[in-house]
Amino acid sequence: MSPNQSVHPPPAQSARVRTAVRVIGITAAVATACTVWLGLWVTPPDVTQGNLVRLVYIHPGVAWVALYLAFGLAAVASLLYLWPRTRGLFWDRLAAAAVEVGVVFNVCTLISGSIWGKPTWGVWWAWDARLTSTAVLLVLFLGYLALRRVPAEPEVRAKRCAFVALFAAVDIPIVHFSVLWWKTLHQGATVLNPDLSPTIHGSMAWTLLLGFVALTLVFVWMLLVRYRIGVLEDWLGTGELDVALRERQAEGAPLDEDQAA
Amino acid sequence: MWRDAALVAGKDLRIEARSRVALSQVAPFGILALVMFAFALGPDRSLMAKGAPGLFWVAVLFCTVLAVQRSVSVESVDGARDGLRLSGLDPAGLFLGKAAAIAAQLLVLEAVLCVGVVLLYGARVEVPWLLAVSCLLGTIGLAATGTLYGALSAGLRVKETLLPFLFLPIAAPVLLAGTRVWQSALAGGIPADGSQWLRLLAVFDAVYLALGVVVFGPIQESA
Repeated sequence: MSPNQSVHPPPAQSARVRTAVRVIGITAAVATACTVWLGLWVTPPDVTQGNLVRLVYIHPGVAWVALYLAFGLAAVASLLYLWPRTRGLFWDRLAAAAVEVGVVFNVCTLISGSIWGKPTWGVWWAWDARLTSTAVLLVLFLGYLALRRVPAEPEVRAKRCAFVALFAAVDIPIVHFSVLWWKTLHQGATVLNPDLSPTIHGSMAWTLLLGFVALTLVFVWMLLVRYRIGVLEDWLGTGELDVALRERQAEGAPLDEDQAA
Repeated sequence: MWRDAALVAGKDLRIEARSRVALSQVAPFGILALVMFAFALGPDRSLMAKGAPGLFWVAVLFCTVLAVQRSVSVESVDGARDGLRLSGLDPAGLFLGKAAAIAAQLLVLEAVLCVGVVLLYGARVEVPWLLAVSCLLGTIGLAATGTLYGALSAGLRVKETLLPFLFLPIAAPVLLAGTRVWQSALAGGIPADGSQWLRLLAVFDAVYLALGVVVFGPIQESA
């Protein structure tokens, strides 16, 4: 029990939201378990890549969450925070949660990509366009989180962070094109190719799709939980201030009584 | 806006002319960086000449961080930042002026570093105008982004450590594009992708200049 609970209670979370978070979490766990089962036991090994191909059920999905979903959401939420009509700490906390979860997925993308790259390309790391832009994106994300750790008023911090997210979001396409022209080795998009027709078939395609759904659900669940933690962190911050203020006031109180007497 | 920009740029450049911080500290640091790179690569001159374009741009990036920090710190005392905000100057003009002052200092610095690259690394300049254009475009981009991040980090106690971390990855396209253009300018002859990289630099400049003109006012309020 923290002392400030006597000052004011934590902001409530409605029962409906709590249930929704729980349902999403359980669905995400089940979907992930199904993906693992299908990916490791049901689907056949690839003709050329053998068992290595099983990484296809994880790696693109993780990358989709990290590169498009998390960062896209962070950029949109930051923009909505900066837009005066929609300004609210909701968007700031959402952006921060998306970035933090996105960093986790980004690191997973790089790790799973490295594990895949070593046997297929012969190296843990290649200076390929997508790898490089993913790494730059990770550094930009980390910069955002570093700025977030700098103590400041919630509104000031929110504005600063939103600007950094905006500048980074604008930079991403430029980074992408520059490293694309710089060098490329990675295979083209398998699922999100221009005519949106996946180039793999059968049980593999279904498992791949399920993997995308499962990882998206995991992302949504982590996002919601992280958002709630953000709310509680802010509550704790203001609560501590209230407690400190009361303590100072209490120190001053007897003096006033003496003077009155 | 343009008049305000000229006023602010004039102010920053006058401070530099009197204090000579960029000339006596940042430029020697740039030369030092070139010497350090040479030590790191070993005494093989052909290797240095090959790496010269990238090393030049890395040195420029490091110097940009210093120049931006200097540009922020001249306004950090005596409430100068609040004074500027209250002076009624157009925020867009303020942004363009600060960026122009940084760009002017960087261009001088790049000229010095360019001579350093030719003398120390034995690089041969084949297409001088290509070097000049890439320097100009790259510098505008670096100055614009640097000014934005400088303003953003102005009020922070950890700005010395945070600014490079935030700024350098954003400037990665300038490093890539500048290096590529320099490679073709030093080797001689414009390869097919030379103009493509110049276009990329121009887009980078346009994007961040426009962004700065729009958001510099709100950024100052949050700093």
